[in-house]
Amino acid sequence: MDVKHVANLAHIAITEEEAALYGPQLAGIVEYVEQLNTLDTTAVEPMLGGLTAEGESTRTIRADEPRSSFTVEEAVGQAPDPVAEHFRVPKVL
Amino acid sequence: MSIVNEIERVLDNAERVNGDLNSFLSIERNTALARAAEVDASSAEMPLKGFAIGIKDNICVKGMQATCGSRILANYKAHYDATAVERLQAAGAVVVGKTNMDEFAMGSSNESSAFGSVKNPWDKERVPGGSSGGSAAAVASGVVRAALGSETGGSVRQPASFCGIAGLKPTYGRISRYGLVAFASSLDNIGIFGQTARDVADVLGVIAGRDPMDSTSADVEVPDYAAELTGDINGMRIGIVRDLIGEGLDADVRDSIEKAIDNLKKLGAVPVDITLPYAKYGIAVYYIIATAEASSNLARFDGVRYGFRAEEAAGLREMYMKTREEGFGAEVKRRILLGTYVLSSGYYDAYYAKAQKVRAMIKQDYVEAFKSCDAILTATSPTTAFKIGERLDDPLAMYLSDIFTVSANLAGVPAVSVPCGLSSDGLPIGLQLVGNFWGEAEILRIASAYETAFPLVGKPTVFVG
Repeated sequence: MDVKHVANLAHIAITEEEAALYGPQLAGIVEYVEQLNTLDTTAVEPMLGGLTAEGESTRTIRADEPRSSFTVEEAVGQAPDPVAEHFRVPKVL
Repeated sequence: MSIVNEIERVLDNAERVNGDLNSFLSIERNTALARAAEVDASSAEMPLKGFAIGIKDNICVKGMQATCGSRILANYKAHYDATAVERLQAAGAVVVGKTNMDEFAMGSSNESSAFGSVKNPWDKERVPGGSSGGSAAAVASGVVRAALGSETGGSVRQPASFCGIAGLKPTYGRISRYGLVAFASSLDNIGIFGQTARDVADVLGVIAGRDPMDSTSADVEVPDYAAELTGDINGMRIGIVRDLIGEGLDADVRDSIEKAIDNLKKLGAVPVDITLPYAKYGIAVYYIIATAEASSNLARFDGVRYGFRAEEAAGLREMYMKTREEGFGAEVKRRILLGTYVLSSGYYDAYYAKAQKVRAMIKQDYVEAFKSCDAILTATSPTTAFKIGERLDDPLAMYLSDIFTVSANLAGVPAVSVPCGLSSDGLPIGLQLVGNFWGEAEILRIASAYETAFPLVGKPTVFVG
């Protein structure tokens, strides 16, 4: 695994030291999970989520009506850099 | 005694033991006393009137911190109550504090918390288990009768086992996850710790049931759990997986489990041999699915809308990268990296799709097993509580300590851990009972009958009850 490439995909900056630490640890875990390749799963349907039959049959659709929500103050009040009811970020380009 | 006085006593106890255990990240004295006064003043009948409770710091309580044990949420306060918390408060319970945890619930020892390790009340040099170690230690030390935790792969049952208390992971969909910060959504559950299985049943009866705010919560009738704890387990069939009571288990744990099987026979239960052929693949499946889902769920922590933001970034992308570098700890980074890798282009089918298929096979194991038994018995953990620092350098060894617990999360079935003895060095050992879908009442009945007939002899060294 190219740890630096994967870290870039995950938007996490990592140092050379971290890459040197995580590389072998992750390689060990990947090697362990590869034991699944010994199983023949051609006839198996993948399980999408931990849902039960009862969960799947539960009606989850509600009427599409407006409901109260967070105030603007609540929504932006904990932002690291809020400006005039918006979130300010460093320059994009 | 008034509820205010009682809650004051609980808060004093929480403060007294916290220097030793670090089990609470916040002790909410003012809010708890105000709430206690309201409950005192109310003439309404409430099932948990004045019941003090601790809440894991990844479950939202309005106005209280919700750090998830992470630097990235160190200053974050919740805007709303989790449904489980709302139902507890409506039932008269009083939240006394937020409990310590492994960062984003990723860990089996509580050592990945950004706010320091929790100590095991039985031996302060040992871990309380994780990831809900703070909740477990708060209950085991006698501060509160019950606490909420969360479970993705054993994070309630394993610490319950290490701390000598009862801990339940419900059926997937039994308890609303609204207000639980997401780790791996198809595996996550809110779980319950209690000093006894009866405490767990009392809390479960209040918080279980369909919630429109969580589309995965199921519309299934909620039994009167407390009434189900009759003590009568005569004729109940207990599935024993012989392969899982052999190698890899500490000798003390194995002896304790064998003795527990005999004890259950004395209570009239009938052991039956069963097999779970694919259970041994549980850890491999778990660490693909859990990390994949986590890499997606934790993408929201980017330093824009709330939480920590790194200073001095030249542009937006650099800000994201630095924020996540400085905000997340090593274990969370490792899991995000693994999850990103297994979902990345060219690897998805080999890892994630494969794991979902083996997950289906594990679930089928349980469906087959429950045709011939009412509950499945295993050890909760292959060992007793290990020493702080002992497994930090070897993530895979840490992961393998969840071998008996992860498959219940993968299959979606409920499971409870209840104490079944002490090791030769005086550490608690937990017995796990896995139930059929929606079978919480059955496993709690067995757990309660067991702990009543064969109570744990001994007390933690840090205990205030």
